[in-house]
Amino acid sequence: MSADMKLTLKVWRQKNNKDTGSFETYQVNANEHMSFLEMLDVLNEDLVRQKKEPVAFEHDCREGICGTCSMVINGQPHGPMNATTTCQLHMRHFKNGDIIVVEPFRAKAFPVIKDLVVDRSAFDRIIQAGGYISVNTGQAPDGNAIPIEKNIAGKSFEAAACIGCGACVAACPNGSAMLFTSAKVAHLGLLPQGKVESDRRTKAMVAQMDKEGFGMCSNIGACEAECPKEIKLENIAFLNRSYFKAVFGGVEE
Amino acid sequence: MYEKITGEDPYKMPMKIYPAVHYTMGGVWVDYNLETNVPGLFATGECNFSDHGANRLGASALMQGLADGYFVLPYTIGTFLSKEITTPKFNPDSEEFIEAAKNVENQIQRLMNIKGSQSAESFHRRLGKIMWDYCGMARNAEGLKKGRQMIRELREEFYKDLYVPGSDKEYNPELEKAIRVADFLELGELMMVDALERNESCGGHFREEYATPEGEAMRDDANYACVFAWEWDENNPKLYREDLKFENVELKTRSYK
Repeated sequence: MSADMKLTLKVWRQKNNKDTGSFETYQVNANEHMSFLEMLDVLNEDLVRQKKEPVAFEHDCREGICGTCSMVINGQPHGPMNATTTCQLHMRHFKNGDIIVVEPFRAKAFPVIKDLVVDRSAFDRIIQAGGYISVNTGQAPDGNAIPIEKNIAGKSFEAAACIGCGACVAACPNGSAMLFTSAKVAHLGLLPQGKVESDRRTKAMVAQMDKEGFGMCSNIGACEAECPKEIKLENIAFLNRSYFKAVFGGVEE
Repeated sequence: MYEKITGEDPYKMPMKIYPAVHYTMGGVWVDYNLETNVPGLFATGECNFSDHGANRLGASALMQGLADGYFVLPYTIGTFLSKEITTPKFNPDSEEFIEAAKNVENQIQRLMNIKGSQSAESFHRRLGKIMWDYCGMARNAEGLKKGRQMIRELREEFYKDLYVPGSDKEYNPELEKAIRVADFLELGELMMVDALERNESCGGHFREEYATPEGEAMRDDANYACVFAWEWDENNPKLYREDLKFENVELKTRSYK
């Protein structure tokens, strides 16, 4: 089972937010069974051995659910495979001798912290802007006390699959966060819990999204194509509907 | 997911299955309110030791997260906070804050100043290998003693030959990893000490010396129906035994026969 491969990496190196940054070229010996992050681990181990600075990249669960890994591989956020995060992308999808270009997610609202690590706290602030929902506390709620239609629950669940990685923003030529924000608005807005706050929440989240400096949506659809969790464009339609309803039909605050 | 990782379609090619440690039992000590021994610090979900017993079955991490969140925290955190409403804001310039910050700063400086030659990652891997070899699914007294000694030697080497690139004044994942590995070296040793102290086989803890003639786990409920809670000390971690009392059920041996 000879699955070893020699690769050339062109990696974006940027010391900090003030540095202009540039590409550096590295050779790395990998194996086709490695994940992309494991291949970068090998590179980093090698760099540390040479007393050079390893490439900073974010990672946590490495199971495709935490949304931490973020990099643009050969021009595509999370690389060439559909519905796959970088950590779940295996080297068997590359060929021995390949030249691979690795960059951070690029967007005005995602400033680079170091190398491949970007600051995605704008997403946290959008979620925070959503605020609270009213629930009765004290007694644990009975499992089936609030009936939810199957198709509604299903749609909400699909939207909730968003891991907030930011690939949608990185893929969008406008740097728009509409797919992310709409997934959150749909996930919460479809369910009966928190219906009372729905209008306020939608307006607040959209306002925060605009404030963070994300671009406008012009229905390109690159976000949906690159989303590792296959969040659908339909959510954006849902957000637009909810937003119009909240602005024109809602109660003045 | 399987196909993504292995590149093989399990509908066509039988799945490759390999026995491995899939979980480590135990966790942070908490009381019935899921509060740790630090007042106001709650440990919930799989990081605490409370719900699962000596063996954790599939999906019980999810169950524990749900159970803690649904049934325990709505009562306990609220109760804690209700008494805190009159507590004034903490002064971050107080002695305790300054001391805590200084301890962290000292640890960081200690790690940065070693300036050795090996990465935190390489120490982590070696620690993992020791744990796998001597504190794995089946363990015995001899191996545990040896493993503990090896970890102590590794820890010594860590503090002599660690290399952390970059500086402590910037985003530095290598430094973060080094701080974690320093903790893992202590936790790993504690797991060896704990496994050595428990002279029975129970759940995920299979001591080769304590097995039935058929090779099944042999519990010793008379002496070990208890939780081991540990207070860390570099040389002699302190043991607190908490007896497990079963009032409504009778302890039995599970048999698949």
